[in-house]
Amino acid sequence: MALAELIEQKKKAIINKWYEHVVATYPSDTARFLKKENDQFANPVGTTTMHSLDAVFEGLLNGADIETLSSDLDPVIRIRAVQDFTPSKAVSFIFLLKNVVRECLAKEISKHKNKKEIEKELDVFYTKVDGLCLIGFDIYMKCREQLLSFQANHIKDRTYRLLKKADLLSEVPEVGAENISPNV
Amino acid sequence: MADDLPKADDLLNKIDHNNSPPTSWMDTPVNIRKGMYCYASSPKSVKYLGLPNARPWNPLDDDWKLPDNWKEIVFEGLKERLDKFRSFKVFMDICVRCGACADKCHFFIGTGDPKNMPVLRAELLRSVYRNDFTKAGNLLGKIAGARPMTLDVLKEWWYYFFQCTECRRCSVFCPYGIDTAEITIMAREILNLLGLNIDWIATPVANCYRTGNHLGIQPHAFKDMLDFFVEDIEEITGVNCEPQYNKKGADILFITPSGDVFADPGTYTAMGYLLLFQYLKEKYGFDVTWSTYGSEGGNFGFFTSHETMKRLNSKMYAEAKRLGVKWILGGECGHMWRVINQYMDTMNGPADFLEEPVSPITGTRFENAKSTKMVHIAEFTADLIKHNKLELDPVRNDNVIATFHDSCNPARGMGMLDEPRFVLQNVCNNFHEMPPGTIREQTFCCGSGSGLNAGENMELRMAGGLPRANAVKYVHEKYGVNMLTCVCAIDRAVFPPLMEYWVPEVDVSGLHELVGNALIMQGEKKRTTDLRFEPLPGMEDEIDE
Ligand code: SF4
Ligand code: SF4
Repeated sequence: MALAELIEQKKKAIINKWYEHVVATYPSDTARFLKKENDQFANPVGTTTMHSLDAVFEGLLNGADIETLSSDLDPVIRIRAVQDFTPSKAVSFIFLLKNVVRECLAKEISKHKNKKEIEKELDVFYTKVDGLCLIGFDIYMKCREQLLSFQANHIKDRTYRLLKKADLLSEVPEVGAENISPNV
Repeated sequence: MADDLPKADDLLNKIDHNNSPPTSWMDTPVNIRKGMYCYASSPKSVKYLGLPNARPWNPLDDDWKLPDNWKEIVFEGLKERLDKFRSFKVFMDICVRCGACADKCHFFIGTGDPKNMPVLRAELLRSVYRNDFTKAGNLLGKIAGARPMTLDVLKEWWYYFFQCTECRRCSVFCPYGIDTAEITIMAREILNLLGLNIDWIATPVANCYRTGNHLGIQPHAFKDMLDFFVEDIEEITGVNCEPQYNKKGADILFITPSGDVFADPGTYTAMGYLLLFQYLKEKYGFDVTWSTYGSEGGNFGFFTSHETMKRLNSKMYAEAKRLGVKWILGGECGHMWRVINQYMDTMNGPADFLEEPVSPITGTRFENAKSTKMVHIAEFTADLIKHNKLELDPVRNDNVIATFHDSCNPARGMGMLDEPRFVLQNVCNNFHEMPPGTIREQTFCCGSGSGLNAGENMELRMAGGLPRANAVKYVHEKYGVNMLTCVCAIDRAVFPPLMEYWVPEVDVSGLHELVGNALIMQGEKKRTTDLRFEPLPGMEDEIDE
């Protein structure tokens, strides 16, 4: 795994660069804050994002399974799903990992004795990133569905007891209950 | 055909990765985004309250159906408030834009929108103030940070002053003590002059003004609900509570936010109150009454205007007067206490017809409530525990690993920090604080206060609540915390979805729910479940039988 070796050497730089790209999706004043503040409680967006990217990248390199990748990716997507991003913008940062890896390793690859082999491995890596993006979309959709269900249940949650008390709820009886009248 | 398809990279490049507005904040137009704002107020509610410009309108429409002279109304409204409230004028003048407050607002931290930095939020209004009320601003315009009032500016005000929960966290960090919450309050008042309110505030206020509580629950239904809890309590404990209603000449009037009576999990807290009062009645002859007319401790008028807040607040005192009680005991509420502590006295006070509150059980004089005559139940219960007046079995809460959320208003607004913790630690064996910087005076807001706890602005609520949830997540992962306890009805309503989104393993409870679980009632049967009908530790098998 020639590529793995190259990446290992540049791992920190790659993750930092990737983080920079994600941070650049925010307005410049916000980006400055996200980069500067290291306290995880004062800056949950920045630190969670960094943490997520770190774990996901590590997972990609170590052949983590879908569940692991998904749970590592969840925190950053979960945040972006409630911020001012279109769906594509919320997850597209994942694709950028390809550019980042290529940029960071450009010199090493061009000098490498086994360039062909590296390119092949890169292709495989890119495919994984594509897969990761699909996982990202799934997480994003789940988050959005959750928000919709919160919205839909909002009034009901607030007044459920009252409605029930006033006998205003006609809930579906348990399956098999006798009081369901047969179709006539 | 394949040649016609764009390359993947081309497509990707179409996505604009850099979000930076190309212009300064002043030139960045407001983009009213769904999920971030609450629906416009219904004309019916606005009319009922006698507030101006009642009409249907939609924030997404270009035309907000404003009166023709709306600019004049804004100017006059601003002028009047600058004259009337000295602090407001000072806040307009003294900000040095040092930025100390900039990253302290949960809405900025969570949304990443620079206009949610407190300093910028205030600048939205201050820029117009400079233009209209200062020489420099008038002469130099933009260079002096001034801009004229326009429809876009007005829309920006509406959008961002309803993205501030008036929590005051920013003011803790400002070297000049500038309180952006006060600026938001003024801005909302001015917006109200044009009929620009949100329905989640206007309708509860109208209901409260008429029926006495936010949901418009009528007196008999209010009593029915409490009776319903009495039945549940009897099933769980074998004890029959006998709450008193509208009792003339009772010693004490109890008023709690109606959320405790109608919405889970606040209802379990209401059951805790009932148990506590029954215990005290049997043991010490405690004489407390509920009122089905003064049935709302919350005061959404506070989020509308000083005048509306005053009207709603006066209802509680009118009821206390009518019943002839000595003083008022208040339930677990947030903003009700800010209203009481900060405004009540000048608005409707002093409540001379009431007595200075003294606990009839311990003899403790609540000096802090000398003038308002209203005591927070957390203080009251803490005092009882301190004097050994309650028999408690905290083991019954052993399934709970609690942390405590300081609600902005009791914590920052009235300095009530230790009493609830004292109670919590006496009724629950497992308690872990969230990290400093996220609790006590620096507590992070729930993200849905000041009337923003609607259903349609979920994105705003989830983003604004992120800093709070993030600290909860930390103690959940570190100590296994599974319960977020608080003394505020809005918190109890808004935390369940917030937790479900960010830390689904953590549930939400009020303080007196846990008190109710631990309190050993006279003549109670062996308890096998808590107030939620969930098995007590070690009782799982008995339930099944
Ligand atoms: S901390 Fe105070 S003085 Fe500094 S920018 Fe904020 S409001 Fe202005
Ligand atoms: S009062 Fe609270 S919500 Fe409003 S600007 Fe300050 S920190 Fe933000």
